[in-house]
Amino acid sequence: MSFISRGFRGRRVADAPRDRVPPGQYVTRDYPVLSAGPTPHTPIEKWDFSIMGEVDEPHRWTWEEFRALPSEEVTRDIHCVTKWSKLDTVWQGVSIDTLLDGVETSAEYVVQYSDGGYTTNLPLADITGGKAWVVFEYEGEPLHPEHGGPARMLVPHLYFWKSAKWVRGLRLQAFDEPGFWETNGYNNYGDPWREQRYWGD
Amino acid sequence: MDAGMLDGNAVAGLLQEVFAVEVTTATGTCAACGAAGAMGATHVYRGAGFVMRCPHCDNPLVKIVRGDDRLWIDLSGMRTLEVAV
Amino acid sequence: MAGTAVLGRLTWKAAKVVDVVVETRHVKTITFDVPDWPGHRAGQHVDIRLTAEDGYQAERSYSIASAPDGSRLGLIVVRIDDGEVSPYLTDELRPGDQIELRGPIGGYFVWEPAQGGPLLLVAGGSGIAPLMAMIRLRAAAKSDAQTRLLFSARSWDDIIYREELDRLNGGGLRVVNVLTDRQPPGWTGYARRVDAEMLAEVGPSPSERPRVYVCGPTPFVEAVAEALVRLGHDPRAIKTERFGPTGG
Repeated sequence: MSFISRGFRGRRVADAPRDRVPPGQYVTRDYPVLSAGPTPHTPIEKWDFSIMGEVDEPHRWTWEEFRALPSEEVTRDIHCVTKWSKLDTVWQGVSIDTLLDGVETSAEYVVQYSDGGYTTNLPLADITGGKAWVVFEYEGEPLHPEHGGPARMLVPHLYFWKSAKWVRGLRLQAFDEPGFWETNGYNNYGDPWREQRYWGD
Repeated sequence: MDAGMLDGNAVAGLLQEVFAVEVTTATGTCAACGAAGAMGATHVYRGAGFVMRCPHCDNPLVKIVRGDDRLWIDLSGMRTLEVAV
Repeated sequence: MAGTAVLGRLTWKAAKVVDVVVETRHVKTITFDVPDWPGHRAGQHVDIRLTAEDGYQAERSYSIASAPDGSRLGLIVVRIDDGEVSPYLTDELRPGDQIELRGPIGGYFVWEPAQGGPLLLVAGGSGIAPLMAMIRLRAAAKSDAQTRLLFSARSWDDIIYREELDRLNGGGLRVVNVLTDRQPPGWTGYARRVDAEMLAEVGPSPSERPRVYVCGPTPFVEAVAEALVRLGHDPRAIKTERFGPTGG
């Protein structure tokens, strides 16, 4: 068991409203950069976003087409499984409902896939109904590459590894397919309010 | 190049919690490109967990997730690990 | 013993602070005493862990800057203004305090006198830590390995261990200081970032087949390692220890 280091506090915010902080989390004002791999640098003219898999036909948007879609400002708290939470983060993005509008599917699951090979899986129901966005701005500025730019997923009701950086598309599937971290210890669902960090939680 | 990237050394302590052998001097062979090299020379990234990537092709050789009382290690990106004993 | 790789699992130990020494404006050396310390090799590091009263924990790695010395080891800590751990270590810790520590760790970035030279050591700021352990061990072992240290710092006052390096200079060790931001009046040394031309001048040349150790912030290490390879050094003879974005 560890012992207390006399006088050590760390840098977290001490007076955050308790009902906004999931169990085991600490609130920070920083924005730590955490990455499973090198930052990709896809030229914007080569970037596209796709919805494919169990769909009537694949859908694809170039950057211009994507930016022409209606977008909205979204303010949410985010929670990383490494125990830091950041409150009231402000994004600009396109709702997944907008992207799925008109897409016919019987799929129940989705895999987010990114430049660099990262994947993460969710039930389709967890990204519809106003729960998820593809965001391209953070705090009024274009999303920085080290934070997932040009565009990343935002799925704030789950731990933040479920919001893929450098996202390039969604693959809709009839079956669930555990992703990069879900295959190695992290919980398949990842609800911070039930502290579902690891397998078996 | 990422400013946050580290060497294999950075996870040596974590790995030594599990293995009784010095992992950074062991030679790993990448399952994707076949390159062999010291684990200490891998490119280490820190995301939700740690990833040790092949310095030649970026393939994840090792993924490590540390829970409170469990640790998960995925070695599927390595074909083989050669260790001095 | 070189080559022994079977170590046993690593556990956290209680390390007691025995000394805190101011090195430069932002840098201190903290010396710890660790019961049952097995000794360490030059270039190895330790992980330290701090726990707050509410259970919050922070872990960091620090290279050991001291040569093996019984149950004692010294770490360099650079105080980063809004850092989480470094202000605690440099402002709060006093002799007698305890922190959790595990180690020694690492067999890749190490040098032993038996390996000989020639050696090229390239340090960026606090990256001097593991290389200082090598230099101090070399002196203690009375090794005659031809060693060149290229040490980049912002200014004269930021050169950690400046006086000690000055004393050790000679007898096969050559210390070359690089001052990137500010130079004292009359400075005739290097006043720019380490580059291929500088590395070629300081040498040794690739044909001498030196062992190379590069340590410091990640961007520094990247630039130096790349330049060395372009100069013709064998990539496998270049060992790197990246300290991450801040190098602190």
